[in-house]
Amino acid sequence: MRILLIEDDPEASRYISRGLREAGHVVTLADNGPDGLSMASDEEHDVLIVDRMLPSMDGLSIIETLRSQNSPLPILILSALGDLEDRVLGLRAGGDDYLPKPFAFEELLARVEALGRRPGPGSLTTELVVADLEMDVLTRKVQRANQSITLQPREFRLLEYLMRHSGQVVTRTMLLENVWDYHFDPQTNVIDVHVSRLRAKIDRDFDKPLLHTVRGAGYMLREPE
Amino acid sequence: MNRSSFLASSTFRLALLYVILFTVSVLLIFTLIYWSSVRYMASQSDSAIQTEIQTLSERYETRGVPGLRRLILDRITRQQPTGSSLYLLSDPLGRPIVGNISRWPQVNAEDGWLNFNLDTSDRDDPELHPARARRFQLSGGFQLLVGQDIHELKSAQRRIITALSWGVILTLVLGLAGGFFISRTMLARLEIINETSQRIIAGDMKQRIPVSPRQDEFDRLSGNLNQMLDQIQKLMDGIRQVSDNIAHDLKTPLFRLRQKLEAMNVEAGSSGGHTEALQGALAEADRLLNLFNALLRIARLESESRKTAMTMLSLSELAGDVAELYEPLAEEKSQSLSVETPKSISLFADRDMLFQALANLLDNAVKYTPEGGDIRLSLSSQEHSVSIRVCDSGPGVALDQREKVFHRFYRTDTSRSTPGNGLGLSLVKAVARLHDGRVSLLDNHPGLCVELSLPRRNPEH
Repeated sequence: MRILLIEDDPEASRYISRGLREAGHVVTLADNGPDGLSMASDEEHDVLIVDRMLPSMDGLSIIETLRSQNSPLPILILSALGDLEDRVLGLRAGGDDYLPKPFAFEELLARVEALGRRPGPGSLTTELVVADLEMDVLTRKVQRANQSITLQPREFRLLEYLMRHSGQVVTRTMLLENVWDYHFDPQTNVIDVHVSRLRAKIDRDFDKPLLHTVRGAGYMLREPE
Repeated sequence: MNRSSFLASSTFRLALLYVILFTVSVLLIFTLIYWSSVRYMASQSDSAIQTEIQTLSERYETRGVPGLRRLILDRITRQQPTGSSLYLLSDPLGRPIVGNISRWPQVNAEDGWLNFNLDTSDRDDPELHPARARRFQLSGGFQLLVGQDIHELKSAQRRIITALSWGVILTLVLGLAGGFFISRTMLARLEIINETSQRIIAGDMKQRIPVSPRQDEFDRLSGNLNQMLDQIQKLMDGIRQVSDNIAHDLKTPLFRLRQKLEAMNVEAGSSGGHTEALQGALAEADRLLNLFNALLRIARLESESRKTAMTMLSLSELAGDVAELYEPLAEEKSQSLSVETPKSISLFADRDMLFQALANLLDNAVKYTPEGGDIRLSLSSQEHSVSIRVCDSGPGVALDQREKVFHRFYRTDTSRSTPGNGLGLSLVKAVARLHDGRVSLLDNHPGLCVELSLPRRNPEH
């Protein structure tokens, strides 16, 4: 993916770009707002990562300008202001995702990849397939190897999210934010319990597991190799 | 302020003591006034008698008995029939010659003075008429009595006593009324200070005692108390600031440490190094970071900068979502988790923070309730507030610990063995305060009920 990073802190910039490049992405850097804005409008990128606090031009202004130009570019906001209220402001300005600093690199990577592969509006498929696992979002039917699987509503949403991001790492916070739609800090491994329940339904009776735990990062649903 | 506390108040007791002392001194002064006026009146009367005797005896010396008789007759006829002067002249054998009393009074003289009651059988006046007279021996054996009917004097004395008694009663009544009024005024002002203190004790540290521009002693006291509160507030803010700064400043280096560990972990993974130890260290670093995040979140909630994140939401739905999230955890411990909620309760609140608070409560309930226990999440709606209760059948919290569990990092002795950071309930409390509500621990016989009570608010505010 081609990723544009607008970040004024050289250390953070180096850390993020190195990690992204190691993960196989092409990273373009801008260390101030105006440069970043012109690069974002002129060049083709798959994802924009922008720091909320920038000298001379605020991250939110960049996003608002881009959105006013009808740019569909997926945007991830980074912010040292960890407050959730700040997150609301960022998303309201037109950002697609928000990550407070400091963050685990896997979290950033997972979110960037989720944003980059997000299908455009209108092209949302209603039939999802990963290996022999199939889901019809409209009829809410799930089957694996032609065996029907009954899921609770939340399990269904969880599986849908994992299938839409198959082959990508999905972190626990991403699941909380997208499947449960709450931004909070679970004190215990609640998500893990839900995932293991789902796993019991889709993987237990089958030879090859589809749902994998990625250590230190989260989960991944992928085709068996 | 109720009646009994008013009567027991020190101002009232002081006023009462003052009134009693004042009344006693007024009584003493009045007694003195009474005695001296009575003595004066008596001595006036006595000296009038002495003068009259003088006059009459001189007449006797110059004109003899007939002259004296004429003068006495003249005196008697000139005064009113009920006049107060008494005369009697008798011969050496004691037979009356002239006078307005018929015979000598049958009493013994003291220092030449006779005190007796007049024979009033010939008058209409039923009252006893006391009299005071003096006997005078004229030359030649004749005896003269000059006296006065002191009935008027006595009734004047009685009138003085009555007037002075009324004076004392009036002093007492006015004094009591004044004392009452002063105590009331003082207590009212003290009550303002008390009420403010109560509100501060209840947790509203922003309250201050109103100070009037009069600058009297109460205002000076209030001013000093306010300054003391400011000082305490400043110290508390300082401590909070320091702990927030520590959390904030430690987070960055801690995070760098985590990054390094992460990088080492990746390398170790490829070269087969100490992955186990590194994973453990990473987990510890994550635990610390979570702790700092929780601390910072509480600090931010307490600084009340989140009011804009409030929206109108369905509390029933939110409670259902939290319960649904924790249901599998409860199931793992064979606990039953039930939700009781009236159809739809809506509330103007911070969605994510309320979810966080309920999640913390359910997390605690699942953690501390033994296997097979019951956990119940119930909502109820009152006119001005909504209550959210999370009740469990766990060991509960001892009465003396119920306040402490809300303190940061506080953990009960029984909970130390379970994982946790001692910040869960502090956060719940901070969330309650963010919504101007409160959180309290109740007994569930057996077990614990945590009640979160939040006022309904209008979205405009």
